[in-house]
Amino acid sequence: MAKRSAPEVNAGSMADIAFLLLIFFLVTTTIPKDSGITRKLPPIEENDEDVIIKEKNIFTVLINDKDQLLVEDELMEIKNLRAAAVKFLDNGGDGTCSYCQGAKDPKSSDNPDKAIISLKNNRMTSYKAYITVQNELVAAYNELRNRRALEIGPKKGFSDMTFIEMEKAYDDPKFIGNKDKLKEVIEQIKIEIPQKLSEVE
Amino acid sequence: MSKFKSKKDNSLPAVNTASLPDIVFMLLFFFMVVTVMREDELKILNRLPQADQIEKLDKKYPISYIYVGKPAKGYEKYGSEARMQLNDKLADISEVQAFINAERSALREELVPKLTVSLKVDREANMGIVGDIKKELRKASAFRINYTTAAGDAKKNLD
Repeated sequence: MAKRSAPEVNAGSMADIAFLLLIFFLVTTTIPKDSGITRKLPPIEENDEDVIIKEKNIFTVLINDKDQLLVEDELMEIKNLRAAAVKFLDNGGDGTCSYCQGAKDPKSSDNPDKAIISLKNNRMTSYKAYITVQNELVAAYNELRNRRALEIGPKKGFSDMTFIEMEKAYDDPKFIGNKDKLKEVIEQIKIEIPQKLSEVE
Repeated sequence: MSKFKSKKDNSLPAVNTASLPDIVFMLLFFFMVVTVMREDELKILNRLPQADQIEKLDKKYPISYIYVGKPAKGYEKYGSEARMQLNDKLADISEVQAFINAERSALREELVPKLTVSLKVDREANMGIVGDIKKELRKASAFRINYTTAAGDAKKNLD
């Protein structure tokens, strides 16, 4: 019997497969987005009126030219900074802050609204050390905001959501739920625990 | 039995290449989609520090980029100190205000106050130059800034 030649493979569906793959990649690929720590610089004040802030309401963090950390004039390791900042912000010394769980030490900050973290740096401080410290301070604020979110969230119908998750959900177009209400909760937390971080030159 | 004898020769048929254009187009589209256009060619080293408490920079609002770092390979003539790059050339600190104003003039009026300045600073740079840039930005009333970082454990920066 004669040898049969191999039948030709039908390539008509190849284009379909190619388009399928193309669409798959189109949908799944995300273009990398920049992210970072957002800050607002203070405007240059025309008047030189000194605003009187009590010493106890200021938490000074200084990074020197050797990238060493001085917190309230004492040397501190970076790993302890977050806890120290939380302790300072959460103190609630004057008793007006009902959601604070701190020590209520009269020598420390009055309430989160009055508490200011002042971050100072030297000209020779390295940028990486500065960012690490910024990151820890933002983490301290986020820790308190997350805790507060878990407290008031369930009452407004957003249970088991931290502050970070709330903000993410607010920006998520697929979020099912009441966005106006969510915004209210986010704003309330932002007012209760404001980020008062001053960067001194 | 010549009736059943194949008229074709017995060699293998050529591979069908009709779908080759499809494959090529697919690859083309794939690379078109994943490629990020770099706005500026960097003349400086730019290894961003890591941080984990970061927010995404929203592309809805206009962003201007300021790069800071040591001059890269091939640009050693600019010295070994950290320098600032605006658009595609190394610039002096005093040019920040003019740069911000130029960026603003390219924007629609309602977007001008929303302009965010993304500071892409090399991890080894000193805070001196960053402080100077911040001072200039304040003078130019560009208050929204973002210390652009990579995602990661911040404590690894110090190792």
